[in-house]
Amino acid sequence: MSNLIRRDPRAERIARNRLHPLHASMMLAEQGEVRGPSGLIRKNPHLVGFIGPNGLKRIDRANAFAGTVNRQKRVSTAQEVVLPLHQVVNPDGYIVVVPDMVGGRLTSQDKDILGLAHSLIAQKGTGKSANMAVVAVCFGESKESQFDLAGVDRLIHLSSDVFDGFTPEARLSALMQVEAQYQPEHWLFPDSVNGGTDLASRLAARLGERPATQAWQVSTTQTVCRGASASTDITRETPRILMLLEECGTAIDETRHEVLSLSVESYDQVPARLLDKGLMSVDPNAVPLAEAEFILSAGNGIHNWDQFHECASVLGATEGASRVAVDDGFMPRTRQVGASGTWVTARVYLAVGISGAIQHMQGIGQCGKVVAINTDAGCDMVKRADLAVIADSEAVLAELTKLVQEHHASKVQEEKHNAA
Amino acid sequence: MQPSVNVVSLVSVGRHPQSDRSRRADQDARAVELGLKLAGKNLTLVHAGDPENPVLRQYAGMGLDAFTVLRQKSYSDVLPIIGNFLTENNAHVVLMGIRAESGESSGMLPYLLAEKLGWPLLSRVADILHVENGKADVLLALPRGQRRAVTVSLPFIATVDNAAKDARQSAYGPGIRASITVLDAEQTADNMAASWAISPAKPRAKRMKVVKAKNAADRFKAATAKPVGGGGNVLKQGTPAEKAQAIFDLLLEEKVIR
Repeated sequence: MSNLIRRDPRAERIARNRLHPLHASMMLAEQGEVRGPSGLIRKNPHLVGFIGPNGLKRIDRANAFAGTVNRQKRVSTAQEVVLPLHQVVNPDGYIVVVPDMVGGRLTSQDKDILGLAHSLIAQKGTGKSANMAVVAVCFGESKESQFDLAGVDRLIHLSSDVFDGFTPEARLSALMQVEAQYQPEHWLFPDSVNGGTDLASRLAARLGERPATQAWQVSTTQTVCRGASASTDITRETPRILMLLEECGTAIDETRHEVLSLSVESYDQVPARLLDKGLMSVDPNAVPLAEAEFILSAGNGIHNWDQFHECASVLGATEGASRVAVDDGFMPRTRQVGASGTWVTARVYLAVGISGAIQHMQGIGQCGKVVAINTDAGCDMVKRADLAVIADSEAVLAELTKLVQEHHASKVQEEKHNAA
Repeated sequence: MQPSVNVVSLVSVGRHPQSDRSRRADQDARAVELGLKLAGKNLTLVHAGDPENPVLRQYAGMGLDAFTVLRQKSYSDVLPIIGNFLTENNAHVVLMGIRAESGESSGMLPYLLAEKLGWPLLSRVADILHVENGKADVLLALPRGQRRAVTVSLPFIATVDNAAKDARQSAYGPGIRASITVLDAEQTADNMAASWAISPAKPRAKRMKVVKAKNAADRFKAATAKPVGGGGNVLKQGTPAEKAQAIFDLLLEEKVIR
């Protein structure tokens, strides 16, 4: 009722008639926003400007007196939209999604799969069989804060340190416990190089189920998979275990979900036959720029190039550059990030002295966290960045190099101490 | 390399992505290359399928005098006969590609073999550094060019990633002269796959960016306005040391500095 827009014909009549005795007081009272019949905000051109010293009306278009005139500052009305909550009470069945969680966050493929799980439930109709919940199983540390918006009804978070690093056997035994405890209707995995395919194949082999791999069109009855190195489509019945390609479904965006945590009873501690010896140090500049995980990128603001290269090698970052740095001959063309260079997918992109031309911003569109070091607080890169530092790059890079060197030294000390 | 370690490479018939001709499968050829590095001429090359297929000669042309074919009709289940072959021949290291380039190409065979034989499995191997005292040091290929070192005890199964060393060129003459041992094996029909409908791959529609705006003003804004980040943290005050510390903390939290 209250959000209906109602016209007040009398007030409109008074507003039109400037000779009306109530006109001045009425117009003063209506300093706030005026809405037209369709609800759009209408500007009142008569309220713009001020009366200058010689009695003439002046409009300050150059904004030169912004501080002196007491103008009303419009507070942006960006309302926090609260999406409706989707609740599943006492579910009769579960669809389990095991997301990749690269870097502790849901990937876009994970979100698509969660959306697909909900569309599978929706296809079952409204009967008793359709009262099902989508369960996400996460291993290790999670930094994801938007499970509710991604469509997770129930969450099984296995954060024990037996799942850290390369532990497919421990993860498999935990999934077997989930299977025994909840008997999910479907198991959905991303068909990805981030471990989803491996885990799904292990589970399918252990359960003796025949999975659908590289599936891209899934309904409750029928699944279409790619076969023969993506040259054929195989149409088959939907099995229990599915490995799904990217863009197999549409992510949830209109509901919020409960994210109630589910417990898993003790799972077998299998003796690990695969002993993880940790990640090897790889020459970061040998990694192709397009798939590098951590990029230190230089632009026009860099003057001390020796320091930049040293910082990159200490950080273990792949080097990138903006067009200006490449054109000036400081970096090879292969290192250029942006529209005419490489489109990068780094998880962390550290931009030093790059103001952020639109061609460059296109190139970093798929990056996760962007950190900017720049002297200009108003540049586009600072607006895009998750963390922006307004300072001279040379001083900050020197301090950063020192910090990381200290960090490495303390690590070596610690290892020596542990070994002793 | 100790001669006591028995390395087996399983190969399949590949498919050229553009011309559709049969060829040696890329990942399988890499598995043969890795096998040749480990065992040299003692590598056992095994294929389950039609022994008359000329593509098998391309694998032998990589430097092997002989290979074994387990005779099978197309679309039959090769799991039982390969499992039996591996146990009978006392294999220690079994190498193969991740996915076949023909048929279902589900990539399940190594997993099913590992489950059947009870052996450990490593997927996406970039290199096997050495095999000693019943243990192997293996490098796994991770996304984004990273490598992980893993130690595993023999016997084990490994699938070979595209990051492994390129396969050497195949020599035609030696391939033609290589001798084939054909073993007749029992056929297990794949009944489930018989009910599938297989058609040429349809191109997938690219996802469109859909703007869910209620009014014209919002749609206009979505079409024209620059995307703004979610309001990051901007540090203006403070010494360079404090600012560097803030960046360092973020890098540590994201685990890009180890």
